[in-house]
Amino acid sequence: MSDVQVPPEPGALRLVGTLTVAGFLAGLLLAATYELTLPTITANAQAALRAAVFQVVPGTTSMRKLVLAGERFVVADGSEDKNATVAYAAYGEGGALLGFALPADGPGFQDTIKLIYGYDPSRAHIVGMQVLESRETPGLGDKIFKDPKFAAEFDDLACTPEIKVVKHGTGSAPHEVDGITGATISSKSVVRILNEQNRRLLDKLPARDALPPAPTEPAQKEDSK
Amino acid sequence: MSPPTAQDTARAYREFSKGIWQENPVFVQVLGMCPTLAVTNSAINALAMGTATTAVLMCSSVLVSLLARFIPSQVRISTYVIVIATFVTVVDFALQAIAPAVHKELGAFLSLIVVNCLILGRQEAFAARNPPHLALMDAAGMGLGFALALLCLGAAREVLGNGSLFGVSLFGKSFEPWVVMVLPPGGFLMLGVILLLFSYRLQRKKRHPEAASQEQAA
Repeated sequence: MSDVQVPPEPGALRLVGTLTVAGFLAGLLLAATYELTLPTITANAQAALRAAVFQVVPGTTSMRKLVLAGERFVVADGSEDKNATVAYAAYGEGGALLGFALPADGPGFQDTIKLIYGYDPSRAHIVGMQVLESRETPGLGDKIFKDPKFAAEFDDLACTPEIKVVKHGTGSAPHEVDGITGATISSKSVVRILNEQNRRLLDKLPARDALPPAPTEPAQKEDSK
Repeated sequence: MSPPTAQDTARAYREFSKGIWQENPVFVQVLGMCPTLAVTNSAINALAMGTATTAVLMCSSVLVSLLARFIPSQVRISTYVIVIATFVTVVDFALQAIAPAVHKELGAFLSLIVVNCLILGRQEAFAARNPPHLALMDAAGMGLGFALALLCLGAAREVLGNGSLFGVSLFGKSFEPWVVMVLPPGGFLMLGVILLLFSYRLQRKKRHPEAASQEQAA
């Protein structure tokens, strides 16, 4: 800093003033950017969630958000707490209730695994599962979402008795999941997360006739035009 | 303002090009190691990180260069950090809106651009004491150099560790990926190899100055 000429010491007011102005301008710019990008960001998150629900409950054409209120899931009216436990009722063609999509998370091998799975109450079967977020080891643990065979294990899986992971290639019963060689911990974690969420939530899901009919909003169907 | 002379243009070009090779922020100055090691596990992540950093660097440099006269030197660092942090957050929001998948991959490292010493370093060492157009050239060059270095690492690690480039599989199913390369240690290994090449080149240049000057003339 030898070539900088040090001017006479500026007053404290000037220092505070400079930082205040800088902070104020920064705040303005941030607020503007936030306002500008918020609609797109919300729409993106919505679309991602929609795609996930539609995938884990095959045949879904519309959905309704539910929140856990005490011992029962009720239809969300927008006033719910941000951290409330949610589920999504999935309706198919003609407004028939196909099942529920339940988000769940729990510890994996490296970090929390977040997933969503579809549950069909009429058969007490899991009908689909998608990992939303995980940091499992690339090449090993990440097979829980990169290996299509593992995902297919959850396409029709009995929940009673409790789901069990078995050694790869030996699963035959409807409640057994073939584990992944090299991803034992990660695949067991997925099943543990499912079992825990099942124990916690399945008896709280609303009965078919306790739910309002399917929402009439167009569900981004191809045949809407 | 007088029209730019040939000398001015040459100077601007020099400020731009130095960051790409001779003073490359990663391979020569060894700055900004945190993102360099953390997010170069695939080419697309490296490219996104490089682009985001370049955008922040260019915006901050121009603004700091314009405002430097009004900022008392006692609070200059804090002011620079406010400027940088603001642009980082803007880029964060923008990426979240434009490319949510990439934003998810980069995660916390995007916000950590704030503490990338490359950016603060350029404000203090260059932008604050040079006119805006030169600051912009310097920032663009340094940013590009940083992005290229990251892309280099990211591409090499993805090809070796995943058998793909930009997500496109290169070798087919028979290739056994070298998983360690996409894990954190792979970043250190790859960076080490590249730094070795750079310092070998530098050593050779010192030992054979004639050859080096010829190389430069060419």
